[in-house]
Amino acid sequence: MRRCKSLLALFCLGLASMGMAAHAQTWEPTRTVEFIVPAGTGGGADQMARLVDAIIKKHGLMKQSMVVVNKGGGAGAEGFLEIKNAKNDPHKIIITLSNLFTTPHATGIPFNWKEMTPVAMMALDQFVLWVNAETPYKSAKEYVDAVKVAGFHKFKMGGTGSKQEDQIITVGLERQTGIKFTYIPYKGGGEVATQLVGKHINSTVNNPIEAVSQWRAGQLRPLCVFDDERMPYKVKVTGDMSWNDIPTCKQVGVDLDYLMLRGIFMPPGVTDAQRSYYIEVIKKVRETPEWKDFMEKGAFNQTFMVGDPFRAWLAKEDQRHFDLMKESGFLLKK
Amino acid sequence: MDELSSLMQGFAIALSLKNVLYMFVGVTLGVLIGVLPGLGGANGVAILLPLTFVLAQQPGGTTTAIILLSCIYWGALFGGAITSILFNIPGEPWSVATTFDGYPMAQKGEAAKALTAAFTSSFVGALVAVIIITFLSPVIARFALKFGPPEYFSVYLLTFCAFVGMSKGQAMKTVAAMMIGFALAAVGLDPVNSQLRLTFGHMELLQGFDFLIAVIGLFGIGEILLTLEEGLAFKGTRAKIDMRVVIDTWKELPRYWLTSIRSAAVGCFMGIVPGGATPASFMSYGLAKRLSPDGEKFGTGQIEGVIAPETAAHAAGTSALLPMLTLGVPGSPTAAVLLGGLLIWGLQPGPMLFVEQKDFVWGLIASMYLGNIAGLIVVLTCVPLFAAVLRIPFAIIAPVILVICAIGAFTVHNSMFDVWLMLGFGVMGYIFKKLDYPIAPLVLALVLGDRAETSFRQAMLGSQGDLTVFFSNWLVGGVTGLALVLLVWPVIAGWRQNLSAVR
Repeated sequence: MRRCKSLLALFCLGLASMGMAAHAQTWEPTRTVEFIVPAGTGGGADQMARLVDAIIKKHGLMKQSMVVVNKGGGAGAEGFLEIKNAKNDPHKIIITLSNLFTTPHATGIPFNWKEMTPVAMMALDQFVLWVNAETPYKSAKEYVDAVKVAGFHKFKMGGTGSKQEDQIITVGLERQTGIKFTYIPYKGGGEVATQLVGKHINSTVNNPIEAVSQWRAGQLRPLCVFDDERMPYKVKVTGDMSWNDIPTCKQVGVDLDYLMLRGIFMPPGVTDAQRSYYIEVIKKVRETPEWKDFMEKGAFNQTFMVGDPFRAWLAKEDQRHFDLMKESGFLLKK
Repeated sequence: MDELSSLMQGFAIALSLKNVLYMFVGVTLGVLIGVLPGLGGANGVAILLPLTFVLAQQPGGTTTAIILLSCIYWGALFGGAITSILFNIPGEPWSVATTFDGYPMAQKGEAAKALTAAFTSSFVGALVAVIIITFLSPVIARFALKFGPPEYFSVYLLTFCAFVGMSKGQAMKTVAAMMIGFALAAVGLDPVNSQLRLTFGHMELLQGFDFLIAVIGLFGIGEILLTLEEGLAFKGTRAKIDMRVVIDTWKELPRYWLTSIRSAAVGCFMGIVPGGATPASFMSYGLAKRLSPDGEKFGTGQIEGVIAPETAAHAAGTSALLPMLTLGVPGSPTAAVLLGGLLIWGLQPGPMLFVEQKDFVWGLIASMYLGNIAGLIVVLTCVPLFAAVLRIPFAIIAPVILVICAIGAFTVHNSMFDVWLMLGFGVMGYIFKKLDYPIAPLVLALVLGDRAETSFRQAMLGSQGDLTVFFSNWLVGGVTGLALVLLVWPVIAGWRQNLSAVR
């Protein structure tokens, strides 16, 4: 174990020196940078990309300008394929959501995270189990029991997209508890939250930012968060609850943690200096008050990763998505 | 009268010199954006969004920022009608119905009249919607929550049925065109099980056929091809370009008050639902054609055929902002970008917005009144200018239109493939016209096809395949029933005529 650690230290030292070497030959964009969003306008990824763009403009973090472009066709494949095919082009970056992993598996469209250059993990998005506040379920256990009593397919779970993160979590929840929902796919998180307020569905696994407004208005109730730990934010969001007061699903017997990547990728073949440039910009973005405010409002997990740890995380998550989707029968049948 | 005092306060906020200045800047930008096909309102607002971030940092700046953005939105709504009437190229989905009578009017030399009617009706529609927002927002927000998948589907069904039912003589051709539209809408990713459909391994077809490319081709290029064949004469040269046309048209407009009221009602309903401005414009045109005494002449350049869709589209476009503010669900792509704007400025749209950000909300509502007035002033003063474009000889204007069309098609996804696709659709539009098939049902099906499909399949998932879900409560049952009646209306009307003939 100790040997491992010293190896790791050596490795880090090597990395650091490499970093310095890369620093010696700095690079900067020479024309407008295209910031691709592999999803439609108004969703979580789009909001974050536009916020980053606005922060960069406001604080003058880049000399060249940046444009946000939505390329959401084919569950995001349109955007990812463009990055994959823009070999060596340092003026294109893309923000990811879980469709980085799920779209190729579900549709067979040929792209993979390894065919692009990972730049940085900016944050991770949480998932929370929500029900309508007018229903009697006060805890995840009560709700799961009620679904069990009602029988298979009687309760409706709404979520964003099909065979993507929301449905994967739903299937995970089903497998752990032996219940079955009828899963109904919608176009976006805001629509899902509204459908739950209107009682057209029984529950959702919305991200915090997608449902926080309805929670504060007393229309929705959070039951548990799909993570190992509680969310760290202790400022009261409603009259008597903070994000931190929401129990983990593990505490109520559902051992399922799932976080969604909000990361930045570049086309394949870019140099280390080019990659470092964007890492530095992202680091500066993360220091601004606007970013911190947004993180708190959406109760994001603020893990930051670059380089090899990030690659290792990606490899692990890719495998996990493959396994989860295989178990759920979401893989493309050839 | 709590609302009135809040509104007055809103006017006080919106009427500062700075805000009024930004209002006119926004409207002018919006009109330009609306005129260029491809660069729709959503893109325009998205491009300018980061700029408003700086604006929003100043005290009271968020109101100024939203005023600027929403005025771009109003401007784009106004601007969409211009190319529809002058060149038969609808820049936005909801302008398609405006071409039916607007373009024939321009060909008859009545472009200025058609433009004036379109702008004025837009204004009236928007005004009615804003008044409704002002006084009924809490009630309406609750109503919109009643809409689940079956309800949405019933509304789309109503739009399709109204369209088939209203077509006279050639119902089968309408149905055929609509089916081609549905087939085109099905290309791309299956929304319910994430499988690729009808792409035949071509990655270019991933995102399906974009409405704008189809429309630019079918209408714009198709029209140019047809004009080429008929000889190089552009018929709009007799266009009157006098400010007096505006006054003369205004004198004529009150005659169609019933159409205006009906269209505004249809528009508000569809905007709140939120079915959107496109179904609203089509449905309103269909109803006007059926109910107007001049219904037979629709399509040949009737001013009523311009009033109906424009009033409804704007009433819907405006009332679509209400679900966005109160529920956090955007009623249109442009509203979606505005929604992103609110978040960036640190405002959370949704039920709490009206409670916590009173100044902002009422400032916005007040700016809806003022922005529309500003918009009307800008576009009406430009009517002679727009109409004068038609005096340019066809040999000069045709290449210009072609280039604008190509740029528009390219801008949608920044892809050259779309330009070829547009030309393909142009040939298709030409063939359709030659064989006397209507293009509008195809476009309608292309725009609403995947939405209707998604709602239908969501409803079927929820009810486990039980079709009675479309009659499960008074709301969905009523709308579905109305749709079916409209569909078979020509048959019923035929019977009634036969009966009375027998008597």
